[in-house]
Amino acid sequence: MNANPDKTHAMQFGDLGRAPLEPTNDHVLHVERLNLFYGDNHALKNVDLQIPRNRVTAFIGPSGCGKSTLLRCFNRMNDLVDNCRIEGRILLDGKNIYDHDVNVALLRRRVGMVFQKPNPFPKSIYENVAYGLRIMGVNDRATLDEAVERALRGAALWDEVKDRLDESGMSLSGGQQQRLVIARAIALQPEVLLLDEPCSALDPISTAKIEELIDELKSTFTIIIVTHNMQQAARISDVTAYMYLGELIEFGATDTIFIKPADKRTEDYITGRFG
Amino acid sequence: MHEHIFKRFDAELDDIRARITQMGGLVEEQMRAAMTALGGEDRELIELVIARDAGVDQMELSIDAACAHIIARRQPTAIDLRMIMAVSKIVTDLERIGDEVKKIAKGARKIFEQGMGGCLTQVTEIRYVGERVLDMLHDVLDAFVRVDADAALAIIRRDKEVDESFRSIVRQLVTFMMEDPRTISTALDIIFIARSVERIGDHTKNIARDVIFIAKGEDVRHTVLGKQGMEGENAQ
Repeated sequence: MNANPDKTHAMQFGDLGRAPLEPTNDHVLHVERLNLFYGDNHALKNVDLQIPRNRVTAFIGPSGCGKSTLLRCFNRMNDLVDNCRIEGRILLDGKNIYDHDVNVALLRRRVGMVFQKPNPFPKSIYENVAYGLRIMGVNDRATLDEAVERALRGAALWDEVKDRLDESGMSLSGGQQQRLVIARAIALQPEVLLLDEPCSALDPISTAKIEELIDELKSTFTIIIVTHNMQQAARISDVTAYMYLGELIEFGATDTIFIKPADKRTEDYITGRFG
Repeated sequence: MHEHIFKRFDAELDDIRARITQMGGLVEEQMRAAMTALGGEDRELIELVIARDAGVDQMELSIDAACAHIIARRQPTAIDLRMIMAVSKIVTDLERIGDEVKKIAKGARKIFEQGMGGCLTQVTEIRYVGERVLDMLHDVLDAFVRVDADAALAIIRRDKEVDESFRSIVRQLVTFMMEDPRTISTALDIIFIARSVERIGDHTKNIARDVIFIAKGEDVRHTVLGKQGMEGENAQ
């Protein structure tokens, strides 16, 4: 790891613009000339992008710009959409996740996802977190206990629920449910965590806790977050991508995007001006 | 520039720009009055300049408060953020220009009170360089309103002339002092006045750098471009 990640960051991502980049080991995901169609609707247009490892990357842009669609490409959630056609490549650690021999279930274990609305299973807090491991065939109680505690601690929820692990996950508050879902995702120790508007249904305190959590999680995971809240992107992300009408308009260090964006369209959007 | 979706934000930014223009106008007026008072030994005008400085101070406080309001309420980004950051520095420079003008007025009052006004009018270059600095100040406020980085660069280049004039005034006064030691006290007072004029040029240059920051997002402080208004080889 570099001694001064911030500085390296500015140098690496400060002026990326839209040029396709050679894959390097510092990036987990490489998106190359990605085009996505929903029927006739060209939803993603020639997207080239690299997601830096152990960083928080934020996708911002107005509704319908394609940011959630792009996020869902990273664990092939769009496979579930009828009429969806994808061209181009997405390399995860050098391997195209759209190759025919890719096991999608395995992919989704490596690339976990958390949605806008917390969706705990109607099971106990413990079983919510243990679920993924049980599916993988882990049934040893001691192993599960340890994994559940580690995940709940990692999701900054342990202290609040350690005395009631048998209660239903649905009994928790919205913010706690969201952290429970994050715990469920990180229990599988994924490489990448995709967060699709994880705070939009939460109050400011719960939002702050999730943001704090994201900041802690990035030392272990690579995080990609879609958010409508630009201040949130400014607060928590290292790198920001601005998308508009299916195009990646600008991608760079978050400081650059918010202080001196290169593209007029980015500037209009983040300053809240009419486009 | 497009309008903000939230129109009150536009109104607030416009208001801040208008108040900078107003404060700049007052400081310019103060400087002009001080230069007039110097040349004409106008004691009444001197007192007026000293009294009016409090108004400049008040404007600094109120504009800074407006900047804090926008940061807290609007979380400005990009060009809006750069504008607010720059404005907060510009008001400081304008306030300091106000202070230098007040020093000029007080220095002149002392010289007049000692009956040495004649000496002061002999050093015509002070008024000449004062006029140059006034032009720079006027132009930099204009560049701010138009967010014109090229005009701001031109102002940075002009400051060199002011610095040279200051050195020439000092040389002239040193000659006086060597010729007649009785002039030392007054000559020093005149040097302080010239020094204030030169400082006003520096503050004006700072404002020009802030205008470049607003326009380009480049912080040119502590760079050759920011110091001399030109890049590398052409610079000295």
